[in-house]
Amino acid sequence: MRAWTLILWSIAAVVAAPVAVVLAYLVIPAGDVWAHLAATVLPGYIANSLVLMFGVGAGTLVLGVGCAWFVTMTQFPGRRFFEWALIMPLAVPAYVVAFTYTGLLEYSGPVQSLLRDLFGWQSRAEYWFPQIRSLPGAVTMMTLVFYPYVYMLTRAAFLEQSVSVLEAARTLGRSAGSTFYSVALPLARPSIAAGLALALMETLNDFGTVQFFAVDTFVTGIYRTWMGLGEPGVAAQLGSVLMLFILALILLERFSRKGKMTHAVGAYRSIPRYPLSRPAAAGVFMLCAVPVFFGFILPVTAMIVWTVQTLDFVDTRFFSMAATSLYLSGITALVAVAAALLLAYGHRLRPGGLNAAAVRLASMGYAVPGAVIALGIMIPFAALDNVVDDFARRYFDYSIGLLLTGTWTALIFAYVVRFLAVSFNTVESSMAKVTASMDGASRTLGMSPSKTLLRVYTPIMRPSILTAAVLVFVDVMKELPATFMMRPFGLQTLAIRSYELASDGLLRESSSSSLAIVAAGIIPVIILSTMIAGSRPGSRKEKKTTDAMECEHDA
Amino acid sequence: MKHAIMFLMIVLAGFAFLSVAVAADTVNIYSSRQEHLIKPLLDEFREETGIDYRLLTGQGPALLERLRSEGRNSPADVLITVDVGNLVAAKQAGVLQPVDSDVLNRNVPAHYRDDEGYWYGLSARSRIIYYARDRVDPERIATYESLADAALEYGVCVRSSSNIYNQSLMASMIAHHGEEKALEWAQGLVDNFARRPQDNDTGQIRAVAAGECDVAIANSYYYGRLMDSDRSADQQVVERVALVWPNQEDRGAHMNLSGAGVTTSASNIEGAVRLIEFLSEQSAQAFYAAENNEYPVNPAVEPTGAVREMGEFTPDGLNLSDIEKYNARALQLMDRAGWR
Repeated sequence: MRAWTLILWSIAAVVAAPVAVVLAYLVIPAGDVWAHLAATVLPGYIANSLVLMFGVGAGTLVLGVGCAWFVTMTQFPGRRFFEWALIMPLAVPAYVVAFTYTGLLEYSGPVQSLLRDLFGWQSRAEYWFPQIRSLPGAVTMMTLVFYPYVYMLTRAAFLEQSVSVLEAARTLGRSAGSTFYSVALPLARPSIAAGLALALMETLNDFGTVQFFAVDTFVTGIYRTWMGLGEPGVAAQLGSVLMLFILALILLERFSRKGKMTHAVGAYRSIPRYPLSRPAAAGVFMLCAVPVFFGFILPVTAMIVWTVQTLDFVDTRFFSMAATSLYLSGITALVAVAAALLLAYGHRLRPGGLNAAAVRLASMGYAVPGAVIALGIMIPFAALDNVVDDFARRYFDYSIGLLLTGTWTALIFAYVVRFLAVSFNTVESSMAKVTASMDGASRTLGMSPSKTLLRVYTPIMRPSILTAAVLVFVDVMKELPATFMMRPFGLQTLAIRSYELASDGLLRESSSSSLAIVAAGIIPVIILSTMIAGSRPGSRKEKKTTDAMECEHDA
Repeated sequence: MKHAIMFLMIVLAGFAFLSVAVAADTVNIYSSRQEHLIKPLLDEFREETGIDYRLLTGQGPALLERLRSEGRNSPADVLITVDVGNLVAAKQAGVLQPVDSDVLNRNVPAHYRDDEGYWYGLSARSRIIYYARDRVDPERIATYESLADAALEYGVCVRSSSNIYNQSLMASMIAHHGEEKALEWAQGLVDNFARRPQDNDTGQIRAVAAGECDVAIANSYYYGRLMDSDRSADQQVVERVALVWPNQEDRGAHMNLSGAGVTTSASNIEGAVRLIEFLSEQSAQAFYAAENNEYPVNPAVEPTGAVREMGEFTPDGLNLSDIEKYNARALQLMDRAGWR
């Protein structure tokens, strides 16, 4: 049993080290730079970040929870299509959607050109058109691609709910709507909160979109302080503040969850869906169609057209970049999920205040902007590398180079630090499904803790484990700032190429790289979608699920 | 369980030992010039000299921070930046070493290189004023100072102050006028903004053509790119927008440089110097002019194509080191002026 505490703390210590480095900057006095920031730009950063957060939070909740409920519990035309299609925008990075809509809606884009042709306008001064590069624009872009976090986790929660509970509510005279509000929603709350937390952390950490849209948030401020003012220490301090703010949000969520009922009963059968009236079905169809169309179909179509128009940007290097992206993402997903499982299980075996703190510490990286994590890793790693290399030079008269920062190791470490929370949140909220009695049964029958993890937990949690893996996978595919700072020589990912071209104003030329990110991201998203549908215990899709899972392993 | 951990450890160990084996005839380059704008030159270098290269692109300050933390074990041999500000900062941070090369001293004029040979300019560009032909009197906007005039009836577009070119411009205002006057200038300019600073330099020029603003500040080569473009939308922009070389009656137009230096940690100093020399020679200089519409620093190479069409002008003669030392201060003043 002691071994589990050790595992728990080892993972936590390794993963929290960069966060600790960043936090250490808090105690270093910054002097007048803080005063300057507070007097000039900081209030704007905070205000914009908050507006962004509330906007995206509200948007993702409505779209995510709403669509999850209707798709799971009601019957309407296209329902089976939306079941998986609603996840698709997850494969599109926020900055890619931002590039695409800017390309579509800017002055020389097809929409405004068409309007000018139709009405004979000559100049922008003659008509009003919404400014896509704005705070509302950023809220819209992020809502369109972040709502699947809420949708996926909420839907998984709805699917895992015992139908008997819902039927009990119906028997006791509750309407469909009332069942939703008073039974299904409270039961799904931990998952909804986890999904919302993911969406909000993505929002607060986003750099590509807000930078491109000229919206000053905390994160662009961090970059600006570091890049422009040349104050990495102050930037790390801003990062610490942001991190503490997010931590406070998480604690608030956890605190408010206390005393709420969680549900785990063994009686399942397939869900009888509520039939919808014709107008209601049309409304629901629209609700689900809007995010799928604007979050996926339209931008992807535009990217396809532009890719065809700029085909010379697709060459053999392209495929090597794609392979690099896939490889990095796959390895990170593997490591992050394994670490999350060990963490969550270790914490379950050895609960307690101290261990809980270790777990929290280990999953804090997601609250830290990628570039600040990179800073927190580069400084100690480079020092370590230099010590090792100096040692080698002195005693062997041979330079072994930079083992950590010169290879993929540091980069993958940064990804794991950044995204461990993604896998951990998912794994942990699903671990609640395994009741203490299952644990007890397994242990009474002579299974060791590690065997129990492998043979009891893992099968029960399989859908959530895969969800976790895919979430991490797609996140790494899209990741930009940390990759930019930490990648070793010759490492070129699709995300970097896309961003470089777009920030240079070559929006159409960047779409081939963007499209490849999306394409690579789609495959696991589809598999994931099948998983969730088949994840309901007792579902007839069980066989299919196993097949799809084997595909995932092969990939 | 144990197998899983073993597997993970093997995977991680595998990466650790995929160490970068540094071949002697390879130059490692950290470059903030984007890959597609420099790779053709580097390929030519490899062909001509037989020296291979490895390229890492990133933003200037990020590369600088990386060089700093990697210390003397950094694999980088050469640092290439697209602005002189980061070269000056790199020299100050101690990550560059002086180079004494007859070729470079011959190819790069004294005012386009560091006094002590820590960095060498490779291409020059000016930050100039663009205006809408149909509604702007170019006489009214002939200087940077005129754009901050409270009586100016034109809306001005410029990108964010996060951009290093604006920081350099602001630094030059400090160098010429002192902090107080420079701050007043920035405040006046902000008052004349037609919109929140956004987009890149090309976007500013396009916005003038689109009618969102009347006047814009942007680097010179972006106009050249538009002139070279065969897209009708770009041609329309060139038809609608003209340029002014600023401050021709007094100090001249503000200049910036792309350039390179050899890192302190360089293990292949010879190859690194060869590369910078190669970039200063005529064929590479002609590439800068032809492909990116910049001004060659090598006086033996004439500007070509679109660059030539844009005309002759007087550049600001103040030494760039004397301007760039104000960069960080410039950003603080822009913050205070509300230039986002």
